[in-house]
Amino acid sequence: MKRAGFSTRWLPLLLLLPQLAIIAVFFYWPAIVALHASFYLQDPFGFGSTFVGLDNYTSLLGSSQYRRVAVFTLIFTLLVTVFALALALLLAVKADKVLRGAKTYRTLLMWVYAVAPPVAGFIAVILFNQSWGPLTEVFMLFGHTYMVGVNFNDTAFAMILASVWKQVPVNFIFFLSALQSIPRSVREAALIDNRSASGRFWDVTFPLLAPTGFFLMIINITYALFETFGIVDTVVKGEPGNNPMTLVYKVYVDGFRGNDLGGSSAQSVILMVLVLALTVFQFRLLERRIHYT
Amino acid sequence: MRKPKLSTVIDHTILIAGSLFLMLPLLMILQMTTIPDNEIIQTGPSLKIGDQFHHNLEKAMLQASGFSGENTGMSMLKNSFILGIGFAVGKIVIGMTAAYAIVYFRLQFATLAFWLIFTTLLLPLEVRILPSYEVVQRLGMLNTYQGLIIPLIASATATFFFRQFFRSVPEELVEAARIDGAGPVKFFVDILVPLSKTMIAAMFIIMFVYGWNQYLWPTMITTDENMYTLVRGIKQIVQVLEGAVVPEFGRSNVLALVAVVPPVLVVVFFQSWFVKGLTESDK
Repeated sequence: MKRAGFSTRWLPLLLLLPQLAIIAVFFYWPAIVALHASFYLQDPFGFGSTFVGLDNYTSLLGSSQYRRVAVFTLIFTLLVTVFALALALLLAVKADKVLRGAKTYRTLLMWVYAVAPPVAGFIAVILFNQSWGPLTEVFMLFGHTYMVGVNFNDTAFAMILASVWKQVPVNFIFFLSALQSIPRSVREAALIDNRSASGRFWDVTFPLLAPTGFFLMIINITYALFETFGIVDTVVKGEPGNNPMTLVYKVYVDGFRGNDLGGSSAQSVILMVLVLALTVFQFRLLERRIHYT
Repeated sequence: MRKPKLSTVIDHTILIAGSLFLMLPLLMILQMTTIPDNEIIQTGPSLKIGDQFHHNLEKAMLQASGFSGENTGMSMLKNSFILGIGFAVGKIVIGMTAAYAIVYFRLQFATLAFWLIFTTLLLPLEVRILPSYEVVQRLGMLNTYQGLIIPLIASATATFFFRQFFRSVPEELVEAARIDGAGPVKFFVDILVPLSKTMIAAMFIIMFVYGWNQYLWPTMITTDENMYTLVRGIKQIVQVLEGAVVPEFGRSNVLALVAVVPPVLVVVFFQSWFVKGLTESDK
């Protein structure tokens, strides 16, 4: 609050009302419904529900299918985060370095930010079209018959590729802006101290980028967990079957398609706990970051 | 002329390769819209540029498709704009007023309000989709614009962003305004809003793109084809392509492009505002 704040009583309440009303109805109510439903077993025909305590949770954690999805989500998140960050860092370092065409490169490397995830998935489906997809043909050269939607690994690779493609620009924007905020004096001092460009990068630039990197890591993990829904859904063409899927996609499939409200709600609650843990982790990093700079 | 250094050549090669990696997929989608469908299903994408773009554009935008035969590209485009603009405006208005209340007023329960609002930053809509759907259903808001937009607004990203910005506004401004006899409403309208112009623009771009690109929520909430947005329509496109004897890649690819072009143009044209807003909002 500002020291010289206004002391009108009714106005701030009026100003806060829309925000509070919306989050009460569309945030807290659903969150409580999810928590509540996760302790109940819904009758499939809609005739009431029975309290089952933690049964929904224990049956989830005991389910090999759920564990398989969790393991896939972990690997998927890891690969997407690592590749999206590494590629973006490489491109940002180069875009920061070149003199000619710097602006053009910046535009060319960031516009994909605005492409919707399902469109990225749609493009992947075309690239890997069974009969003439350009990437299917590339794999054919290596003697592999690529089958999205049939072969688990093939489908997973298409998802990862589309997700990385979609995420590189966001990371690029943040890395470039972090690079450009490194003071000229620091760069010049580094130039005098260290003749080798790669030495300068690892000793000076990289540590200075570390806070941005940590921050982006969290952003990328959240992205891979939640925002890739559209990519997963389009790549599997709405047919989960034996295809790879992420935890969020499973919440949707079980709850919306399978009508297993209790199980789906328990999954939602598990995801909520996961996100909360990530956020706490992020806040601790942010605190450390403030001390550094 | 000086011979370019080897390292410069490598730098440019990497940057060009990166640009192509990002650009080629969409150029491929574009190329496919210029070729007749029966040719595409034989050869797939190629380097040939045909003359079917106009035909496909007309087909995708004006001719109805889908089960009820009502959703044309135009109607989906309209819905996408309503979602994108409605979401951005709603988010900014609600976020600015709430942030103003939190930063500039002495409130007894300010801390409580702050925590109630900022907890929403922690849980994305994706983890509570099903119960949110139930709530919207109970309120009778399925297949309405309100049901589409308002639940998406229920997170405090814009509020947090404007709170950070308002806190950086010099305190002397409020003091001066109060000495001059300006009340809280006048101060907000005449001083704070004009001062926030760039921030509002940046937020508008980010939120417009975010709203436009929503997929999961529109997929759940809109079953009426008249309410489909372009991005929501992608799901249907994929399913129709799967089932068709002669898949209409011309139509589907035009729709995919139309879904991409407006947000991309906004981001490219307002690049500096957008980058500023993005990198500052997340700090």
